[in-house]
Amino acid sequence: MTSSLIGARVPRKEDYRFLTGAGQYTDDVALPGQTYAAFLRSPHAHAVLRSVKTDKARRAPGVVAVYTGADLAAAKVGGLPCGWLITDVKGQPMKEPPFPALAQGKVRHVGERVAVVVAETAAQARDAAELIEVDYQALPAVASAAQAKKGPALHEIAPDNTCYVWALGDKSAVDAAFAKAAHVTKLEFVNNRLIPNAIEPRAVNAVYSRADDSTTLYVASQNPHVERLLMTAFVLGLPENKVRVVAPDVGGGFGSKIYLYAEDVACTWAARQLARPVKWTAERSEAFLSDAHGRDHVTVAELALDKDGKFLALRVRTTANMGAYLSTFASCIPTILYATLLAGQYTTPAIYCEVTAVFTNTAPVDAYRGAGRPEATYVVERLVETAAREMKMDAAELRRKNFIRQFPYQTPVALCYDTGNYEATLDAAMNIADVAGFKDRREQSLRRGKLRGLGYACYIEACGIAPSNVAGSLGARAGLFEAGEIRVHPTGTVTVFTGSHSHGQGHETTFAQVVADRLGLGIEQVDIVHGDTSKVLFGMGTYGSRSIAVGGTAIVKALDKIVAKGKKIAAHLLEASEGDIEYDKGVFKVAGTDKKKTFGEVAFAAYVPHNYPLDKLEPGLNENAFYDPTNFTFPAGSYVCEVEVDRDTGTTQIVSFTAVDDFGKVINPMIVEGQVHGGITQGVGQALTEGCAYDETGQLITGSLTDYCIPRASDVPMFKIDTRETPCTHNPLGVKGCGEAGAIGAPAAVMNAITDALGVKDLPMPATAQTVWRAMHRA
Amino acid sequence: MSVRVSMKVNGKPVSADIEERTLLVTFIRENLRLTGTHVGCDTAQCGACTVHLNGKSIKSCSIVAMQAEGGDILTIEGVARPDGTLHPMQAAFKENHGLQCGFCTPGMVMNALDFAKSHPSPSEQEVRESLEGNLCRCTGYHNIVKSIMAGARAMAASK
Repeated sequence: MTSSLIGARVPRKEDYRFLTGAGQYTDDVALPGQTYAAFLRSPHAHAVLRSVKTDKARRAPGVVAVYTGADLAAAKVGGLPCGWLITDVKGQPMKEPPFPALAQGKVRHVGERVAVVVAETAAQARDAAELIEVDYQALPAVASAAQAKKGPALHEIAPDNTCYVWALGDKSAVDAAFAKAAHVTKLEFVNNRLIPNAIEPRAVNAVYSRADDSTTLYVASQNPHVERLLMTAFVLGLPENKVRVVAPDVGGGFGSKIYLYAEDVACTWAARQLARPVKWTAERSEAFLSDAHGRDHVTVAELALDKDGKFLALRVRTTANMGAYLSTFASCIPTILYATLLAGQYTTPAIYCEVTAVFTNTAPVDAYRGAGRPEATYVVERLVETAAREMKMDAAELRRKNFIRQFPYQTPVALCYDTGNYEATLDAAMNIADVAGFKDRREQSLRRGKLRGLGYACYIEACGIAPSNVAGSLGARAGLFEAGEIRVHPTGTVTVFTGSHSHGQGHETTFAQVVADRLGLGIEQVDIVHGDTSKVLFGMGTYGSRSIAVGGTAIVKALDKIVAKGKKIAAHLLEASEGDIEYDKGVFKVAGTDKKKTFGEVAFAAYVPHNYPLDKLEPGLNENAFYDPTNFTFPAGSYVCEVEVDRDTGTTQIVSFTAVDDFGKVINPMIVEGQVHGGITQGVGQALTEGCAYDETGQLITGSLTDYCIPRASDVPMFKIDTRETPCTHNPLGVKGCGEAGAIGAPAAVMNAITDALGVKDLPMPATAQTVWRAMHRA
Repeated sequence: MSVRVSMKVNGKPVSADIEERTLLVTFIRENLRLTGTHVGCDTAQCGACTVHLNGKSIKSCSIVAMQAEGGDILTIEGVARPDGTLHPMQAAFKENHGLQCGFCTPGMVMNALDFAKSHPSPSEQEVRESLEGNLCRCTGYHNIVKSIMAGARAMAASK
């Protein structure tokens, strides 16, 4: 097998259109008869809707229609479903309150949709929305996870605002280990709520055609087939064959575009009523109010160690904020994707985690880059670093003492790691970061009036949730496979259809590298199609760093079928037996002879089957495959962050950031490095600049990019990146996934560095200049 | 109320009757259907809407179209050569993987083109400072900074 394209820094096929302004994002789609939607949103965090009067709005210039929750209820439009059923500690199902697309009876967070106006122009729709008169009876609200249980009830079915109490691990074994521990390190912290802020705001453009009773939805989505399934099967009751969902170019997702959103439903329903296209594009302020947020945990975590620093047990109690309603995958984030990761890279023999998920008067919370795994890594890596300091041990040595070294490794929290080499990534990271020279650098910084600190984070991640039946037994209401199709054209070029979705990840290049490499073709002979349910056979989409491991493998499985059929055709053409045909670098050969047929000749024979075994073989060369993995993949890595804190201002500068990751086999290092850069920067954002804040009444304080600070170019350095490689053992490419790693490892590394610089035990995220300055002046 | 505006966009004279409150970016996207210029925020923070007005980069979301009356506008669609060959700055973004989802990219390129005129060989620090008004959520800026440094040098070399 030739490997010239695997591991090659191939420039991206998609770049030309993006660089010339020819990308086609959802808001760029303009259709004949286009109308525009504007949503009236609740200014209250919690209120009874006494009345919603729309007469004035209906009469406003350009208005086509105004709809409220009552209209959707009358039409029997279903609420938004949650895709994962968590069963609580008592064996009871989680509380699943109704989640109407437009509010019915009550509003439960600022920004909840009360009505939608459809008009000839976007400005007319917005103007008319202001004419809707709503009589709100304001109710007391609760915004923080910590206060939720004591707050006013949001939903009748959950009087104490508790969605579920769930636990994983052996509590008695953990308690016993703590009883004999030589040292216990305890931390209490908040994993700060984040707002994803993909630079392309969410958008939807829904079209209904009476001619064939079909509905087409253009939407900024990470998983168009899932959107279609949820929309048709659960919400609108439309036949799936009559609905096409297109997620064209999508400007970043980071999790926030996984979900079925109320705006998508309302616009689709409205388009069907009006038989005109209805477009809605979020303003950034609407994104802040209504995109699913991330994180928001309150945690008490304890690590028990023996006198030599061996980890004995880990005990974690977390309260996770779900927001006002359950977003599509909200319930599995602080459970299945969090507690299962608490072993980290270590042999901790006993772990127990209890999670209480609560409703509050805030925007729904769901997966955001990393989704549960950054929270778990933060717990483990802050505890480990703190334990090292308390026990006066070297933080890297303490980690090494506890590293898992035998694989496969069954953790006490359900996962079975197939492979890894944590020592290798830590060695490399320490070398690149020049940890040995840190003491000198710290002294130099001090002479300049700066406090310098160094922090590690050794993370583990689980990507490509699988297999479907195990996920199903844990409550998943969807499959977790991926689909791919290889369509070989008569002249030997190839179009690949993948259920994965690219919204920045570069699949059009990476997947083409895989296909061209396997088939021995030029990369220009292979095109990747994604993001359209009318073209792609099926798909579960892109999230959880699953694309190459699951989507890529589905493609490889389909390629295997192409090669197998090609061998049959070649055997006929070459008058040889099928078993003697070998395929290499685009050529079918009879082993041990010079008889051969090129891939193009075989493809041509398949479509012009004049000399072809028609009695035994169908014409054509087109295969598809569905791949359901047997296990997760387990990327892991070691990060070393060095910061300088200005004593006068409390400003933190990241002066060095080293990341050495093990993603298994890397297809395109250039693209992988880009993913790591971006992930680290979002992690740095969580640690230093980003903190979603609601006040006590549930008003969003950080409602714009002037209040909520996503990192700017001056907030981050050039990153020092490298990889080590232990190939995944259970997929043919040996790949693991790389999209979330940076965001998982970076927060702990940064906070470990800052607490080291300041000599404090803990500090809340984001460690803004104000937070740091206060900590310095308290100390 | 509607008002007539006329200006030159990517070398071609254009005019339209628009509402007075129409932002320049809305005029470019909706009236001219030049959708390479993007809208990423509503507070003039993100820079996705950056275009050139009379040779200087501006955020087209922060002025109304009337303010550009008679002006000379360059958008991302007018940057490559007529035969489709990428401008050296665009080529530098491609070579250095300076873009991922592509949404902030047109604004990044337009801002960088203006910056490079006065900074033929910029330092990393200068480039980072020049990006204060352009947000990217994908790249962590690492490769954007490399792209702009390389693009600026390529522009200076091709003069």
